[in-house]
Amino acid sequence: MLEIKGLRANIGENEILKGVDLTVRKGEVHAIMGPNGSGKSTLAQVIAGHPAYEITAGSVTYDGQDLLEMEPEERAQAGIFLAFQYPVEIPGVTNAYFLRSAYNAIRKARGEDEVDPLEFLDVMEEKMKLVDMDPAMLNRSVNAGFSGGEKKRNEIVQLAVLNPRLAILDETDSGLDIDALRIVADGVNKLRGPEKSAIVVTHYQRLLNYIVPDYVHVLAGGRFVRSGGKELAVELEEHGYDWIQSHAPETAGAGSRA
Amino acid sequence: MTQPETAVAHYLEAFDGIDGGEADRIRELRRAGMDRFVALGFPTMKNEDWHYTSVAPIATRSFDRTSFPSTVPSTDLDPFLFDSPEWPRLVFVDGWLAPELSNVPPRAGIDVSNLRPSLVDGSVDAALLGTIADHDTVGFTALNTALMQDGAVIRIGANVELETPIHLVFVSAQPVPLAASFPRNLVVLERGARASVIESYFGLRDESYLTVPVTEISLGEGARLEHVKVQNESAVAFHVGTIEAVQQRGSELHSFSYAAGAELSRTNVYTVLNGPGSSCTLNGMYMVSGVQHVDHQTRIVHAQPNTTSREIYKGILDGRSHGVFNGKVYVRPEAQKTDGKQSNNNLLLSDHARVDTKPQLEIFADDVKCTHGATVGRLDEVALFYMKSRGLDAEQARTLLIYAFAADVLETIPVKPVRDALEAAVFARVRGEELQLTSE
Ligand SMILES: Nc1ncnc2c1ncn2[C@@H]1O[C@H](COP(=O)(O)OP(=O)(O)OP(=O)(O)O)[C@@H](O)[C@H]1O
Ligand SMILES: [Mg+2]
Repeated sequence: MLEIKGLRANIGENEILKGVDLTVRKGEVHAIMGPNGSGKSTLAQVIAGHPAYEITAGSVTYDGQDLLEMEPEERAQAGIFLAFQYPVEIPGVTNAYFLRSAYNAIRKARGEDEVDPLEFLDVMEEKMKLVDMDPAMLNRSVNAGFSGGEKKRNEIVQLAVLNPRLAILDETDSGLDIDALRIVADGVNKLRGPEKSAIVVTHYQRLLNYIVPDYVHVLAGGRFVRSGGKELAVELEEHGYDWIQSHAPETAGAGSRA
Repeated sequence: MTQPETAVAHYLEAFDGIDGGEADRIRELRRAGMDRFVALGFPTMKNEDWHYTSVAPIATRSFDRTSFPSTVPSTDLDPFLFDSPEWPRLVFVDGWLAPELSNVPPRAGIDVSNLRPSLVDGSVDAALLGTIADHDTVGFTALNTALMQDGAVIRIGANVELETPIHLVFVSAQPVPLAASFPRNLVVLERGARASVIESYFGLRDESYLTVPVTEISLGEGARLEHVKVQNESAVAFHVGTIEAVQQRGSELHSFSYAAGAELSRTNVYTVLNGPGSSCTLNGMYMVSGVQHVDHQTRIVHAQPNTTSREIYKGILDGRSHGVFNGKVYVRPEAQKTDGKQSNNNLLLSDHARVDTKPQLEIFADDVKCTHGATVGRLDEVALFYMKSRGLDAEQARTLLIYAFAADVLETIPVKPVRDALEAAVFARVRGEELQLTSE
């Protein structure tokens, strides 16, 4: 479904991604871990199409299409969704209006009819319940004045409504209390399916107890330095990242194929 | 192009040509206005109040005070009536009343008429006309005072509440270039009266013209006025207007100024909170593109204790347009417990658009709460990306973000049909090609 090869990306003069390879097949969940500043969010943003990053080498294909040639909205319309590490506030645009516009934009791109607001209200309210969020939040501006945890839940509401085929969660667990973590993870698990894939960026093995990954990758210094199964996360939690550097690091650029 | 002195002489000539037959007091008032205008001349950019706005395009042309209205088919007005043709309405074409387009059903306690007849018989509120708006120091007000043609006189009796807004429509329709009109309005709300007054300005032809309106407002004790000015002059027009109010104890003025038209426009909104507990909300929105220049100056004088002012002006500027906002707030020594909040926010859609914003607080009392803030920003790239990452295309994301910027101030437009129409107009303009075509 997603195939990244030799991907290098700069921001300004700085090279952040220094040769990333990753293959995500249908139905798989990949976890990406790694120290602060190693490039995890950069990778996520590049997949979503953030214009600030310059791609200097490599390729990304999604369902056989050249993803790097697609606009961010085309990627979203093709089923890619990024839950932002730092969700963006949009004062003056209500959650309800934003969600409906996004939902309809995606439907329209697929040649489907737009939904009427009342009908859609039911859909939204149901999805809000999924992450235990007050439907009153629908009438508030997108993320404006939301607490850190509320913003993260709101990302999951969007995820649930837009129902993507490739979901990328960038530290969605950070800032969530334990109950919320379980709720969000349940929400994500409900959206899993044989046709759907996910990339989960996290610092904590705890989330991976709820969203069990097929693969775990460690990103350090802009490239994957280690990949393995879910047990890798447990080892990391125990020993920290230094341990990776000193214990049998795999060749740089290891993919997911074990 | 002529010199400013030539233009002044031209207006002096127009003044001399005004038919006699008006009441003595009016003749004196006009004379006083003319004398002051001749003495003041057109403001230059050295004048602090005109620091960012050059009136050279007005001062170097000789506009002709129109002496009769053009004919305008009533259907031409339809798009400007806020889908509310039933509202009491006075229509002025090129500055003169058009009775066939106007409609004011008589109602007890309410006087709505045009100014013209009372200029002749002197029955106009002699104590008020020319005493609220300052023609001593404000040149354009002096010019209007000298050359005023017609306008509305509205008087709402004590404790009378008017549910339907009164719509004053000022249309420019002269088929020749360089026509000038000088509307003059007087709005008086007696003690406890309530009313809404809408002033609309627009042009039906693409000829260059000048509109210099003045509206004087007197609010009695506990009176409440909603006032909306909608400036949609044609793209090659010039507009310099003043709204000036005096407010008694406990009165409320809710003013909204919308400016989207004209090549060069200036709107002054002035009020004196002259009674304890009086309050005002002066809000506004300007939206320009191409080479338009739009200027607002507001002045709130807190003259008595416990007075409150709220002010939000927002601007959206595209192309090579230039926006100016100057918000003056004066707190006199006796105005203890003044509560004032002012903000001006601007959104620049192009690299060539420009804004000069200048909040100006002068506080001479000690127990006051006054804040102000001004911002000039661009569309938030991060927010645009966030929206696109949810599937909205670039144009949709941009439209939504611009509209979101304007939404909260548009929501404060007092009269719902006007609010709906202006929201729709802003939305259409944001979405439409117009802003894009003119942005370079
Ligand atoms: N706009 C920018 N200008 C310069 N450097 C940047 C910019 N954005 C990101 N970086 C740098 O890129 C590197 C990777 O950042 P990124 O956000 O991808 O890290 P991360 O792995 O997600 O870290 P964290 O775990 O803290 O979220 C960091 O060193 C960061 O400082
Ligand atoms: Mg990150």
